[in-house]
Amino acid sequence: MTGRNLPPLSLHVPEPAFRPGDTVDFADFDMPVAGAVRRPPVDAGPAELRDMPYAMVRVLDDEGRAQGPWDPRLAPETLLKILRSMALTRAFDERLYRAQRQGKTSFYMKCTGEEATSVGAAHALDYDDMCFPSYRQQGLLIARDWPIVDMINQIYSNRADRLKGRQMPIMYSVRQASFFSISGNLTTQYPQAVGWAMASAARGDTRIAAAWCGEGSTAEGDFHSALTFAAVYRAPVILNVINNQWAISSFSGFAGAEATTFAARAIGYGIAGLRVDGNDALAVYAATQWAADRARNNHGPTLIEHFTYRAEGHSTSDDPTKYRSAEEGGKWPLGDPIARLKKHVVGLGIWDEERQAAMDLEVAELVKAAQKEAEKNGILQDGLKQSFDSMFEDVFEEMPWHLKEQSVQMHDERKAAGI
Amino acid sequence: MTEAPRTMNMIQAINSAIDVAMGRDDRIVVLGEDVGYFGGVFKATEGLQKRYGKTRVFDTPISECGIIGVAVGMATYGLRPVPEIQFADYIYPALDQLVSEAARLRYRSAGEYTAPITVRTPFGGGIFGGQTHSQSPEGIFTHVAGLKTVIPSNPYDAKGLLIAAIEDNDPVIFFEPKRIYNGPFDGHYDRPVQPWSKFAESAVPEGYYTVQLGKARVVREGNDVTVLAYGTMVHVAHSVIEETGIDAELIDLRTLVPLDIETVVESVRKTGRCMVVHEATKTSGFGAELSALVQEHCFHWLEAPVQRVTGWDTPYPHSLEWAYFPGPVRLTEAFKRVMQD
Ligand SMILES: Cc1ncc(C[n+]2csc(CCOP(=O)(O)OP(=O)(O)O)c2C)c(N)n1
Repeated sequence: MTGRNLPPLSLHVPEPAFRPGDTVDFADFDMPVAGAVRRPPVDAGPAELRDMPYAMVRVLDDEGRAQGPWDPRLAPETLLKILRSMALTRAFDERLYRAQRQGKTSFYMKCTGEEATSVGAAHALDYDDMCFPSYRQQGLLIARDWPIVDMINQIYSNRADRLKGRQMPIMYSVRQASFFSISGNLTTQYPQAVGWAMASAARGDTRIAAAWCGEGSTAEGDFHSALTFAAVYRAPVILNVINNQWAISSFSGFAGAEATTFAARAIGYGIAGLRVDGNDALAVYAATQWAADRARNNHGPTLIEHFTYRAEGHSTSDDPTKYRSAEEGGKWPLGDPIARLKKHVVGLGIWDEERQAAMDLEVAELVKAAQKEAEKNGILQDGLKQSFDSMFEDVFEEMPWHLKEQSVQMHDERKAAGI
Repeated sequence: MTEAPRTMNMIQAINSAIDVAMGRDDRIVVLGEDVGYFGGVFKATEGLQKRYGKTRVFDTPISECGIIGVAVGMATYGLRPVPEIQFADYIYPALDQLVSEAARLRYRSAGEYTAPITVRTPFGGGIFGGQTHSQSPEGIFTHVAGLKTVIPSNPYDAKGLLIAAIEDNDPVIFFEPKRIYNGPFDGHYDRPVQPWSKFAESAVPEGYYTVQLGKARVVREGNDVTVLAYGTMVHVAHSVIEETGIDAELIDLRTLVPLDIETVVESVRKTGRCMVVHEATKTSGFGAELSALVQEHCFHWLEAPVQRVTGWDTPYPHSLEWAYFPGPVRLTEAFKRVMQD
């Protein structure tokens, strides 16, 4: 084209390892040894931490034993509480996913396989630390013992939905549980979390903030703005990236995973970065605790990449068999977070198969009962359960003339139409 | 090339448009979240990567400003990118690239550089998408000098307009009314949606044709009132006109910028009354522009104030979306008002 004697350039477009129909073989997966990664002091400067984003913090080994310096040495009650929160989260997802399929609501999203990343983190944070979640962190609310009925009311947009039926299902907002209102627009919560943390620091508060986003979402500009501000002001914030390998149909390579890790994004900004086994609840707990200690002691922000796998579809609108091998989930080398923690507590002698089976039944019954309770307030389809006036409320603190006028207009029109 | 029409829904027509355009011009590239291997979450780009390869149809990082910024750069090189924004609600991170860059490149470089990109994006409500999957942001773009805004209302137009947009040398935002991807919507949410195959507009030629940008379509002739609509609302308005038996002239604008002012003015001067319908919020919506234009050009012919039928000035509420949507009830009342005097 140019007439110069040079080789033609070529454009690299990433391609995942496995597509539908492919046999999955994770033999090349470099499985990091549990317990092998050092645990730096919480006051270590970012320059002393540059190897961490390329390693992987793991505590539980294949036999379910806790290994190495990151073992948080949790009390039996705490271990069992984490296990139960994860089991409850899974039972919740299963039942509400089915509710969507039964036409009781319009949409649902599971976090199957990723329960440790929110439940483990929630247990390592204080209840009043502020969480800025994305849409797959139902485990935070469940770990904070927020009533399941309230969550289902939101999913059904029924008359008991505190959000007045305005948000899509699963887009909770629970200020009382320090859980920020979820946006459908990806990663907008990231700079907001940093801002909250900056405010807390500026006012001499003791609370810290934490944010979550998917690995796909790290490509958004907001992610990068957040890291810049977090670094500049040493904001007391934990920035979690849930690397579940897929963003709808796009594998992590389209967010930059072929070139580096997501934790390593921290290095360029001069903040601490950790990469953890996201299917290991103890590793998630330990990393969060470490990051929280740093933040609380004014050592600044931490970016944590949770390396995990989205074991189910993206949402109820998705068919994952169209873009990834059906075998992938089952062969995921880091296993299932619930099974792994169960193995650990059984190994410790504080748990057994019977109690696990009883617990599974108990949480399933609990969700079922909550669902029944919520259905007394209606489901999405049996009519519009919210009052029509509510549509015009909360646009502004006080309703301006044009909204009052439109509200009257709506009622007049409905009356005229005989409805 | 056989030009035999085939029955297509709007998704298929859009797919066919891109396919035909890509086959004719190897500078055309398609990029966006999930558009490659998967063929897009609405399947509008299905099969294209297989046919044209990964360097012409590819997935992108989830970065709308990146998608549009990169598209502008590619266009500057000489390609003709057709980026997809997965939902119009997610176009805002790309606003700066669209508004400050793509729209002004020709002007600020006195024509040295141009950005012939066609941004496709599904918009509008009626699918229980809540406030972040339902918005109609077209008004924001019509307010920007240098962008063309196109909105089809049926498969035939969708294909012809999209090919014309891709061939156009200016940046075009192509809003796809997702409520009618699979069939027209009459505004009655409790009635089953008819598939496109039952309607004449679904007879879409397989091969190349264009529908000129900037030309409206008179959907239905009438003498008592002119109804201006686009996208999904063309069908809602049509069904209400049939049900009320009003002798209305219905105009599908098809292109908001540049607007077919002649067709609009001619019709309003004939009927003496005008009603504009859109799903977007009322205040500063495109209906305000239409209403002002009609007043400027047809003041002496008007027998009643122009009526605007729109969504309310609130975000789109998930559970009350049918009370938000400007459906038959709101239209019927507006017809009464506009016919009163
Ligand atoms: C700004 C914006 N762009 C696009 C979308 C559409 N979208 C919703 S979820 C999603 C994939 C997100 O993937 P990831 O961040 O990896 O999170 P995961 O779903 O895997 O948990 C996309 C593209 C959106 N919601 N917001």
